[in-house]
Amino acid sequence: MILQQLVNGVALGCTYALIALGYTMVYGIISLINFAHGEIFMAGAFAGLLLVAYGKLNLFLALAGAMLVSVLLGIGVEFVAYRPLRRASRLSALISAIGVSIFLSTLAMLLFGANARGFPEGTFPSRQIDIFGAQISSLQLLIIVTAGVLMLALELVVKKTRIGKAMRAASEDYTAAALMGINVNLVVTFTFALGSALAAAGGVLVGVLFNAVSFNMGLHAGIKAFAAAVLGGIGSIPGAVLGGIVLGVAEISGVALGYSSWRDAIAFAILVLVLLVRPTGLLGKRIDRKV
Amino acid sequence: MLEVCGISVRYGAVRAVTDLSLSVAEGEIVALIGSNGAGKSTTLNAISGIVPLSGGSIRFAGEKLDGLPPHEVVRRGICQSPEGRRVFGSMSVAENLEMGGYTLAGKGAVREGMERAFALFPRLAERRSQLARTLSGGEQQMLAMARALISSPRLLLLDEPSMGLAPQLVEKVFETIVTINRQGTTILLVEQNAGMALEIAGRASVLETGSVVLSGPASDLARDPQVQRAYLGI
Ligand SMILES: Nc1ncnc2c1ncn2[C@@H]1O[C@H](COP(=O)(O)OP(=O)(O)OP(=O)(O)O)[C@@H](O)[C@H]1O
Ligand SMILES: [Mg+2]
Repeated sequence: MILQQLVNGVALGCTYALIALGYTMVYGIISLINFAHGEIFMAGAFAGLLLVAYGKLNLFLALAGAMLVSVLLGIGVEFVAYRPLRRASRLSALISAIGVSIFLSTLAMLLFGANARGFPEGTFPSRQIDIFGAQISSLQLLIIVTAGVLMLALELVVKKTRIGKAMRAASEDYTAAALMGINVNLVVTFTFALGSALAAAGGVLVGVLFNAVSFNMGLHAGIKAFAAAVLGGIGSIPGAVLGGIVLGVAEISGVALGYSSWRDAIAFAILVLVLLVRPTGLLGKRIDRKV
Repeated sequence: MLEVCGISVRYGAVRAVTDLSLSVAEGEIVALIGSNGAGKSTTLNAISGIVPLSGGSIRFAGEKLDGLPPHEVVRRGICQSPEGRRVFGSMSVAENLEMGGYTLAGKGAVREGMERAFALFPRLAERRSQLARTLSGGEQQMLAMARALISSPRLLLLDEPSMGLAPQLVEKVFETIVTINRQGTTILLVEQNAGMALEIAGRASVLETGSVVLSGPASDLARDPQVQRAYLGI
């Protein structure tokens, strides 16, 4: 029973973590809270849904397609709404981000309607699997395994590739990175691309898990994931993963203990408590010298 | 080689640099001295493309430099080791050097650059896998200079390399600057330590509130009573 709830919580937490990574990476580099990130997640969910329903693709191909769609969207948003404001005040960029967020969710409502849509029957076989006496659903396994693979891939990119190292350098000291000859604008584009791809994967997985994709799903999930990023320490990649999983597990535990109407309050209570004790989040570093 | 012609830089309403001109010829060490807030770092950052000009122009090797993004300036052969070292603390020494070689094509060139850096700073070789933030202040300064040299710049901009170092280390840093220069790198050096800077430089300019107030051969400046009083504490 406990194991079952734990798996439940970890699966939910993995979806938060996938979205939280985008917030944290972008914040790490340009100190911007990308308010439109939740809508990138929503767009990924719709792209996945359409690719399965009309493109007749299997779930994994649709997932890849959705990631591609969101990457293009994320890069486009950065280019149109944030890049021209790079030298402007942070507040201007934040307002621009909120504008994009409202624009994208309204556009989705006009295009796809106000009602939630589900994935076609049998998109992914939902079965209960017996593991050590716990009933685990195949959907949860799908989420945990997919998220795990994507996070490992991210870790490899950030630790081993040239552009990944440039990302870490720029996130530590944007100006010094530019002085070394790193094309920091390209690094920003790449960061948006990575974050958007992960968010899209999260969107498709959430859409399959709850069998619902709607124009406003980005708002709720976005706020939760942002809380996860702050909980883990904004700017920290492992922090985003940890924060997501902690929130997911806490939320499911709360529900299991019978406080399901307090579900969201639990997440934010934990956030507030952790920030009181550790203002920089669980794995956050000192906040200094952000240019 | 470098021609800075009448540049101005402002941060909002603050005028940091006004109508400043200076030049650096191939093979020289040119020192830029001045008190806190005189606009020395701003001048270097204008050359590096970090801050935009509000007037004037910068040319390097006959080509217009202003308006280029920082990474294009590095590609053209100018690299800056910024004030306060600014090494990437959570990256290893080797990774820091790798970042210094970011504009180089191919791993071979980066490795070559690293070997040259390790020859110049043997202590860094022993510490190549150590995180930069765990290095001592002196070692961090060596790393900052080594990092700026990996791309074999034609012109090296050094912003207060002796800042915060113990006297023997300061001596060592200035010796290294001379060595780097002898090996063929032209240097524009910003320093608070005016005495040492004027000793190793061929020419120098004195900056006051964003403008050059004096310039000429470093040995002449070192004998100038005004400079002695204001910057050499004599
Ligand atoms: N990012 C900034 N925003 C606003 N004003 C700035 C900024 N950077 C520098 N200034 C101002 O510009 C002027 C010149 O600063 P700069 O850093 O170039 O001086 P400096 O000669 O390098 O001084 P120091 O010896 O203390 O390093 C100062 O008055 C400083 O307050
Ligand atoms: Mg300075």
